[in-house]
Amino acid sequence: MLSLETVELYLLQAEQLGVKEFYFTGGEPFLNRQMVPILLRTLDFGPATVLTNGTVLKDSWLEVLANKVRTVPYGIEFRVSLDGFDPQSNDAIRGDGVFVRAMKGIAKLTAARFLPILTVTRSWPEEDDEVALERFGQALAEAGCGQARVKILPTLKMGAEVERGGGYLAEERVEPWMLEEVGKQHFVCGHSRLVSDRGVHVCPILLEEPEGLLSLGKSASLQDSLRPFPLRYGACYTCYQFGAICCNTSPVARQ
Amino acid sequence: MESELFIEQPLSRIACFGGLYSNYLALQAAIDDALQLGCEQLFCLGDLGAFGPYPDRVFPLLQEYQVQCLQGNYDDSIGHQLDDCQCGYTDPRDNHFAKLSYDYTLAKTAEVNRDFLRSLPKLARLNMGQQRLLLCHGSPRQTNEFLWESGTSSAFLEYLCEQYHCDVLVGTHSGIKWHRHLRDGKQFLNCGVLGRPENDGRTNVWYAILSVDEQGGVQHQFRRVDYDYERLAREMRSEGLPEEFVATVLTGYWTTCLEVLPGKERLLGKH
Repeated sequence: MLSLETVELYLLQAEQLGVKEFYFTGGEPFLNRQMVPILLRTLDFGPATVLTNGTVLKDSWLEVLANKVRTVPYGIEFRVSLDGFDPQSNDAIRGDGVFVRAMKGIAKLTAARFLPILTVTRSWPEEDDEVALERFGQALAEAGCGQARVKILPTLKMGAEVERGGGYLAEERVEPWMLEEVGKQHFVCGHSRLVSDRGVHVCPILLEEPEGLLSLGKSASLQDSLRPFPLRYGACYTCYQFGAICCNTSPVARQ
Repeated sequence: MESELFIEQPLSRIACFGGLYSNYLALQAAIDDALQLGCEQLFCLGDLGAFGPYPDRVFPLLQEYQVQCLQGNYDDSIGHQLDDCQCGYTDPRDNHFAKLSYDYTLAKTAEVNRDFLRSLPKLARLNMGQQRLLLCHGSPRQTNEFLWESGTSSAFLEYLCEQYHCDVLVGTHSGIKWHRHLRDGKQFLNCGVLGRPENDGRTNVWYAILSVDEQGGVQHQFRRVDYDYERLAREMRSEGLPEEFVATVLTGYWTTCLEVLPGKERLLGKH
């Protein structure tokens, strides 16, 4: 778990490198007791986004953060992640009662004048997107969160998903012509790095890949991690297809 | 096409128009205002078409007043007859309206004007006083990059100024004007757009004037442009454009293409 002190060191490095914005992910970032101070400090450097499950948010934290946002040019985006648009589909993956708790978190964010981005991993056929979005939009409006933004994310065929739907096929890899077609900025690793308590990683998706740890240990630095990375993983193919899905504005899906 | 235009003559007062989105009525009003205020050169930072009616009507004005245009993502798409506007929407509703707008604009833009859009540079460099200016559409590194006030660190803007060798960086694309002073006297300016109001419940649109001050620095002034928006709305209806677009012109609030707005900016609107 990152401390405020460590985050500050990296924020200073990031400022030197001209970093545009900062994302915090986990696990659940708000299980870190220093998360609110970390976000407050981050807002002195630039905009922040937190990827949360929305279940542990406290009104008092949100009030402090909302007050800070009013005094700086930057904003905080809260991305609340779900695995379905209703308790049945979401809780089958996330556990009993999680959907209702997440919706309460969304309501708290709305009350604090934040506008959450709800990211839902697609667990239904793509052609049903519009129906699913409409149904969820109605539920959000009824809960007083009608302005909340919803993003459907593609499934990454990794971890538990391999058992559910199978992993990447051998041909699902980024070919040189694909890189030439979209350019390296299209990929997360073309413009971002991820910091953990182990060092600097190429991206959040390949966090557990030893090759993805580009600068390690106590002296790890963002500068040292700025070297090209081989796009040879199945997840890199998803990044090619859908762009940097971890980012708030990602390029159009590409088939 | 040269991707960078160099203006050799030093200038002391210029006007920067952001996305026109076919709003020829606002363009005429902005040109009149800028010339009355003594601007020596007028610039349009791209996205000449989209959203509004009769896309061909902006071109004669741009030529008559020798407005130096840059190529936005929409211009690149229309010029090359691509499949979409390259705004990068993923929301199905936003994509639906973006496609209606794009298909209409593509169908109604004459071939000669598509040729013109293809020929435009992506960047323009000029000097004002002691400052080096770089004009772009979204950002100098990517035409369709959104630089929102709440979503862009000063460190990043300073990085862009350093990488692209400029003191004042001017862009548009996002649709809402803003300005920030940076370290070492550098500045970033989003000049707003003439194409549609900026989601604040007012029907006017905006552009920016930049001028040299007594110390040789560059000052900016955002100029409010009032125009006959009711006529624009009537013409949009007569062209069969969506009622959602008309509502934006009449109310000043964005109704579509909201996905790209960061929370802080979106909360200023109604939808």
